[in-house]
Amino acid sequence: MAEHSEHIVSPKIYAAVLTALLIGTVLTVQAAKVDLGRLNIVVALGIATIKMTLVILFFMHGKYSARRTKLVIVAGFFWLAIMLGLTLADYSTRHAEPSRSQLNEPPSSLFIRS
Amino acid sequence: MHRTGELFGQYRTLEQQKETANLGMWVFLVTEILFFGGLFLTYTINRHAYPTAFGIGGNMLDLNLGFANTIVLIASSFTMAMSVWSAQTGRKKLVPLLLIATLALGSVFLGIKVIEYKQKFDHHLIPGHSFDITYCSNNPSACGLSGKALDDEKKEIEEGIQAEKQNPSDSDQSGLVALNSHAQLYFSLYFGMTGLHALHMIIGAGLLVWLILEARKWRFDAEYNTPVDNVGLYWHFVDIVWIFLFPLLYLINRHLA
Repeated sequence: MAEHSEHIVSPKIYAAVLTALLIGTVLTVQAAKVDLGRLNIVVALGIATIKMTLVILFFMHGKYSARRTKLVIVAGFFWLAIMLGLTLADYSTRHAEPSRSQLNEPPSSLFIRS
Repeated sequence: MHRTGELFGQYRTLEQQKETANLGMWVFLVTEILFFGGLFLTYTINRHAYPTAFGIGGNMLDLNLGFANTIVLIASSFTMAMSVWSAQTGRKKLVPLLLIATLALGSVFLGIKVIEYKQKFDHHLIPGHSFDITYCSNNPSACGLSGKALDDEKKEIEEGIQAEKQNPSDSDQSGLVALNSHAQLYFSLYFGMTGLHALHMIIGAGLLVWLILEARKWRFDAEYNTPVDNVGLYWHFVDIVWIFLFPLLYLINRHLA
C-alpha cells in the first residue's frame, strides 16, 4: 500500500502547462496552413498527443498518482490502441493485392476482363 | 454520499479513501475514452474513404471560432486545476471563485458553439433534405463570401465534383450528388462528435454549479477536496477530447484553402 501524502502541483507548473498548451494550439493552426502533404495529419495528431500528455500528467495529476491509478490510465489507452489498431489494420488491408500463390494460378479467375 | 470527508470503515486512511475515489473516476474516464474512441475510429475510416468531401467540409467550418473555443477551453482547464490547488492548500475563499471562472469559460465555449451551429443551419450544412454543399458558393451574399474566399470555395467545389466522379466521363451532376452525400457524412460526424462533446460540457457545467454551491459553504479544504478533484478530472478529460476534435475537424485541408 502506497501511503505517500498528497502531492500538490504548484501554480507555476500549471501556468507553464497552460502556456505550452496555448503555444501548441497556435502551432497546430499555423502548421495546418502549410502544405506538408501526408505529414499534415501526422503533425496535427503529434501536437494533439503532446497536449493531451501534458493535461494528463499535470492538470490531471497523472504524474503524481498512485501506481494503481497509473496502471488504469495506461490500460485505457492500451485498449484504445487495440480498437484503433486492429480495426484500421483490417480496413487498410481489405483490398490487398493478390498473394504470390494466387498469381501463379491461371489468370482467368483473378482478372476479369469485360 | 460522503460529503464531509469522514473516514469510512472500509478504508484505513483518508489518503486511501481519496485514492480509491480517484481510481474509480479514472475507470469511468477509461470507458469514456473508449466511447469517444469509437467515434474517432468512425471518423478516421470515413475520412480515409472520402478525403475530398471531408476536406471541403472541414474548410466550411469557421476556423476563428474553433480556434477561439480551443483557447477558451484550455483556459477553463487551467482555472479548474487552480481551484483544485486552492482547495488542497486550504485557500477556501478562492475555490468558489475559480470554479465560477471555470463555469464562465465553459459557458463561453458553449455560446460560441451555438453561434457556429446557427451558422451551419443558415448555410444549409445540416445533414438532411436541405443539405447543399454549394449553397454558399451559389449564394455568396447570404454567407458573407466575396473576393478571393469566394473564388477559392468555387474552385474547391468544382475540383471536388470532378474528384467524386466514378468515371471521368460521368456528368457533373453525378459528381455533385456524390460530393453532397459524402460531405453529409462529414457533417453528420461533425455534429455527432461536437454535439456529444457539448453534452459532456453541459453535464460538466451542472457539476460545477453543484460544486460552487458546496464550496460557498466553505466545504472544501486541504483535508477534504475529493469532489473538486474528481470533477476536475472529468473537466480535463472533456478538454482532451476537444484537443483532438479541433485539428481533426477544422484543420483537415486548411493548406488548400
